[in-house]
Amino acid sequence: MSTATESHTHDAHGDHTHDAHGHHEEPSFFIKYFWSTDHKMIGMQYMFTGLFMLLIGAYAVYVFRMQQAFPGMSIPGFGRVTANDYNSLVTTHGSVMIFWVAMPVLIAAFGNFLIPLMIGCDDMVFPRINRLSYQIFLISVIVLIASFFVKGGAFGGAWTAYPPLSAKAQYSLTGTGSTLWVMAVALEFVAFLLGGINFVTTVMNSRAPGMKMFDVPIVVWFIVIASILFMASVGPLVAGAVMLIFDQQLGTGFYDPNRGGDPILWQHLFWFFGHPEVYVVFLPAMGIVAEIITVFARKKLFAYKTVLYTAFGTGVLSFFVWAHHQFIAGIDPRMANIFSVTTLLISIPVAEMMFVYIATLFGGSIRLTTPMLWAVGFLAEFLIGGVTGIFLGSSGADIYFHDTYFVLAHFHYTFVPIAIYGVFAGITYWFPKMFGRMMSDNWGKVHFWFTTIAFNFIFIPLFFTGMRGDHRRIFDYTNFPDLMKPGMQDLRMLATISLLVMLSSQVIFVLNFFISMFKGAKAEANPWNANTLEWVAPSPPPHGNFNPLPNCYRGPYEYSVPGRESDYFPQNIPS
Amino acid sequence: MIQKYVESGSSFAPQIDNLILLVAAITGFWFFLTLGLLIYFVVRYNEKPGVRAMYIAGEDKKEKRWITMPHNVVLVFDVVIIVMALRVWYHVKQEMPTPDATVRIIAQQWAWSFVQPGPDGKLDNGDDIRTVDELHVEVDKTYHFELQARDVLHSFSVPIFRLKQDALPGRTIKGWFHPTMTGGYDIQCTEICGIGHGLMGARIYVETHDQHQAWMKAHTGAMAMGPTSMTPAPMLPNTPAPTAPTLNPSIAPKNEAGQPQPSGEEKK
Repeated sequence: MSTATESHTHDAHGDHTHDAHGHHEEPSFFIKYFWSTDHKMIGMQYMFTGLFMLLIGAYAVYVFRMQQAFPGMSIPGFGRVTANDYNSLVTTHGSVMIFWVAMPVLIAAFGNFLIPLMIGCDDMVFPRINRLSYQIFLISVIVLIASFFVKGGAFGGAWTAYPPLSAKAQYSLTGTGSTLWVMAVALEFVAFLLGGINFVTTVMNSRAPGMKMFDVPIVVWFIVIASILFMASVGPLVAGAVMLIFDQQLGTGFYDPNRGGDPILWQHLFWFFGHPEVYVVFLPAMGIVAEIITVFARKKLFAYKTVLYTAFGTGVLSFFVWAHHQFIAGIDPRMANIFSVTTLLISIPVAEMMFVYIATLFGGSIRLTTPMLWAVGFLAEFLIGGVTGIFLGSSGADIYFHDTYFVLAHFHYTFVPIAIYGVFAGITYWFPKMFGRMMSDNWGKVHFWFTTIAFNFIFIPLFFTGMRGDHRRIFDYTNFPDLMKPGMQDLRMLATISLLVMLSSQVIFVLNFFISMFKGAKAEANPWNANTLEWVAPSPPPHGNFNPLPNCYRGPYEYSVPGRESDYFPQNIPS
Repeated sequence: MIQKYVESGSSFAPQIDNLILLVAAITGFWFFLTLGLLIYFVVRYNEKPGVRAMYIAGEDKKEKRWITMPHNVVLVFDVVIIVMALRVWYHVKQEMPTPDATVRIIAQQWAWSFVQPGPDGKLDNGDDIRTVDELHVEVDKTYHFELQARDVLHSFSVPIFRLKQDALPGRTIKGWFHPTMTGGYDIQCTEICGIGHGLMGARIYVETHDQHQAWMKAHTGAMAMGPTSMTPAPMLPNTPAPTAPTLNPSIAPKNEAGQPQPSGEEKK
């Protein structure tokens, strides 16, 4: 993949030499692609690494869904799935998709690529910390991949890693795998801490002259809020992870009730991080969608400040909802009441954000380009994830739904819009800026519809199997007569077949991506007629981004301003 | 809604089903309203030549009503759901109605064992009935349970009762249920517990009074001699900790030997 980027970037640089001021000496391959301090290059590194990890996550889900649909079958490309494999596969799928796909692509890749460009500066304030951040992330990837090949195989204790199962090799049978897994997660957190420091500092200090806090584009704001949430919540989990490694390798008893420890402690530390984490990935995706719907509806964002306040509200509340993952975990039942209330209250800012976005579409002049389809698709699909969450936040109903496929379908209706729709929206929208060429809009739409239809046919059946009592992480349901009633296996097969359709339709995207990268129509600096500052820089932007650095004169969403001939009003144009 | 797919077999199952129905009605209303509006706007305001988008900042009060009004309605609905959810929760998880009997449930990798009082109606009196992967209870009786785990987390789930409770090593978690329908149904372990998680099923048999008496009778004699019957709470916090974990008797029975047996026989 890096070779692809390489030849392309050379090519693109060649095309834009006339834009590039201050001609630098061409750095060596290694320096350029692995030792760069350029925020755009680091963003690309994160993006390609994240998309590569997406392949691993997709492979894992392919194998275990096949096992679900056709238990005991020898699966093409894997072979027979044992119970141990099954646990490792679901664990790998969950942790890879959240920690190594959603996080790096949504926060690190888009954050790195967009923040300096959108606030009109030449780079992050700590470029070398930024480089270190990616390098530590790369080490975490290597450690994780190494864990697949150790004795006992990859960690199989679910991505939540509840001890004592995760703490003792004789319970999980994946002793080395679990330690490497925890180490990889902890390293990854260090990487994002470094990234987060950079994002927040850069936005606070390096905005273009004239750019006030309320002139900052929503996506930048949301990445900053997400970084703050991440940094504030991750500390307890890193401490928890260290204790877990001690339990695994040094024989301590932090989570061992025989020695005064408590397994519930881990659950609190994990979910104290884990729930804000949902909003850590949700907010950047929501920010990407805000940029796209305003551009393609040619509308000013409805109530900019309200959007920010709802994001602050969501962020603050997200620290008080974690135990809704633990209603029936053996915590004091009275505690569930408090967390049920906070959980339902968090629906308010999120619903409000949704209303704001829909209100933005009102009275627009909407062009359904590929990025716009992904953005509107995000809103529609996330809505399903949002409303089904209410069932689970209601403590009384959660008694039945907890740990069933209903939960699974619910959170895939939040995470797939976030990590798939949000990412595709962002990539298709900023592709011209990243690579200086346009993607095919028609193939983009084909890809969108195949993905969307297949996606719904995967998870709607799983809502039903969940309602009928299918519980999670079961490698073969034949042991549960009530779950083998007629129709149940058909639903599982329908979900798997839809998954195969969804996975294979990603080929359209991959082809569109790489062919457009080399053969796509040349993109101008501002192909979408957008207002924000990244479109002032050439496509793709050279080292240093702007020449000269832009000034900012207004907010980012001044579309269709009355009395102006063109329907957009870029932030850098003086009145 | 749920009872269409899974019969409701405990006293509190209908309450949970009704709560789910209420939430479904409220969220369904919002879902269709919001989705409908989204689709309508996308279609209605599709670009037309010569038509320019409106310029609405959404910052003044009059415009913001479009956000604040639904906001308030959502808040009201939230309160309704919270009140109903907490009532159900209180009834199922916090109240403890007077029991007719108490059963001890012990989860381990990867089997369920159940300890029920013998004829004297009390646990730990030497005449307890122990079964593996089979729980026999009487219909229309209120049971308390004491849930324990020997090794890792497990979760005791009886979908037909709408009952679910995680089991934790080192603790005894109490709860209750009241079966209202006879028959044999699944018990699931719903918390991942290692490679045998997918095999960790059991059956609950809800019997009439006569059937249950006959079953008790058939199993009492054999039980009286059961000395292995054990110290079922293996992990009291003040028990001296075994230094080598493998010495811990509570985890020894994991593996094939502890696998679910097809028919529940009493342990000797």
